[in-house]
Amino acid sequence: MELIYMDHAATAFHRPQCVADAVLDAMQHMGNAGRGAYAASLEASRVIYDCRVRLARLLGAEGPEQVAFTLNATMSLNLAIGGLFAAGDHIITTQMEHNSVLRPLYRLEQEGAALTILAADRLGRISLEELEHAFRENTRAVVCTHASNLTGNVNDLERIGALCRAHGAYLVVDASQSAGILPIDQARMGIDVLCFTGHKGLLGPQGSGGLCVRKGVSIRPLVVGGSGVQSESRMHPAQMPTALEAGTLNSHGIAGLRAALAWLEEQDTEALRREQQKRMWEFYDGVREIPGVTVYGDFADRACLRAPIVALNIRDWDSGQAADVLAQEYGIMTRAGAHCAPLMHEALGTREQGAVRFSFSHTNTAEEIKRAVCAVRELAGEGQEQKGQADI
Amino acid sequence: MRPKTQKLVITFHTTTEAMAAEQTFLRLGLAGRLIPVPRQITAGCGLAWLAPCEAEEALLAAAGQEALAWENWQKLIL
Repeated sequence: MELIYMDHAATAFHRPQCVADAVLDAMQHMGNAGRGAYAASLEASRVIYDCRVRLARLLGAEGPEQVAFTLNATMSLNLAIGGLFAAGDHIITTQMEHNSVLRPLYRLEQEGAALTILAADRLGRISLEELEHAFRENTRAVVCTHASNLTGNVNDLERIGALCRAHGAYLVVDASQSAGILPIDQARMGIDVLCFTGHKGLLGPQGSGGLCVRKGVSIRPLVVGGSGVQSESRMHPAQMPTALEAGTLNSHGIAGLRAALAWLEEQDTEALRREQQKRMWEFYDGVREIPGVTVYGDFADRACLRAPIVALNIRDWDSGQAADVLAQEYGIMTRAGAHCAPLMHEALGTREQGAVRFSFSHTNTAEEIKRAVCAVRELAGEGQEQKGQADI
Repeated sequence: MRPKTQKLVITFHTTTEAMAAEQTFLRLGLAGRLIPVPRQITAGCGLAWLAPCEAEEALLAAAGQEALAWENWQKLIL
């Protein structure tokens, strides 16, 4: 059975060969960045710097020094939320969020911050009018996702950024599902802190991620310690990006991410994006009218870019069971369950059932989409048969 | 004992600043290379750009044009 990978929203799978080559090369030839002026250490420093340059260019950050590396988007979001806000602050977030946003905010709430969670409708959309009314005197920030990891719905960051500026609040964005997939321009969108992971749309290795911080935004570091500079000082350096990076960086992973970014720059990114969107729509069109299949999310406007995700349920099947059958009998790899987005499931009415998430990339073929649609159709039909038998 | 001469030493707040400077100076074909920060400057660690004193003007001009960040410029007998 030929396996089909449709869980790109969890992590990339068919990475360009240059990514693995770069990681191996880094492990064999790179020293510790910023720890020496000899060739191997300088090589690591240069590779990391070049990766910052490429990320700043891709994401519209103000410069390579404003890009700090972490292990993943969760760590970046914890760093931003824990390092910017405190008791007495009011923060606005949404029902669309992943636990990597919600849990740091809940912790902050326990410490005395106030939280407003904007409701999402049954299609998983938030209202910007409601957002505008949610601002208070002490609102410090809106923390929200660019694209839902469950529905693929995209938030209008330019409008949210404009509202934040009008109210003197920060905009902190979770770009886990959009970096490398959707166009992002931190400066134009008015994003103060952009949190990303390297292993999804950016096609890098797991363990690579970071945050782009607008100049003038000062984040208390999560960890302090070795920095390779200013060693005599009792305090961790205040200059970016070192301010947010303590200890040895994941330079091997960053080398892989750099290779992935270089590969992306060599491609026609618009063509890649069209391919992703095309596969998503082919799948959506194939499954949306199958009796017994419920698709979640807002698919009304085909002109709008979405994260290439289609989440669905087959009748009242446990989504975990459906995903297991898809994997075992059809070789189709998807993600089931709550997707670490419990509030989104509340809004969609799927808290108990969860959902089966199909997520696509440019590497998925039209043939794979057809096979996946056929599988869903068969399973939905099987459900119908079982229902018929039960009725008898 | 190696003969000591006066040299230009540029220090940086961060490794990232040092990398930006190296990339710019090398691209423009300017003199110098990165070295460990001399102990006369700090007992800490980090990277510094070492160059002959006569390169100072060109390096300063490049740093200004490219908006490079640095900590200090000084001449040392090294």
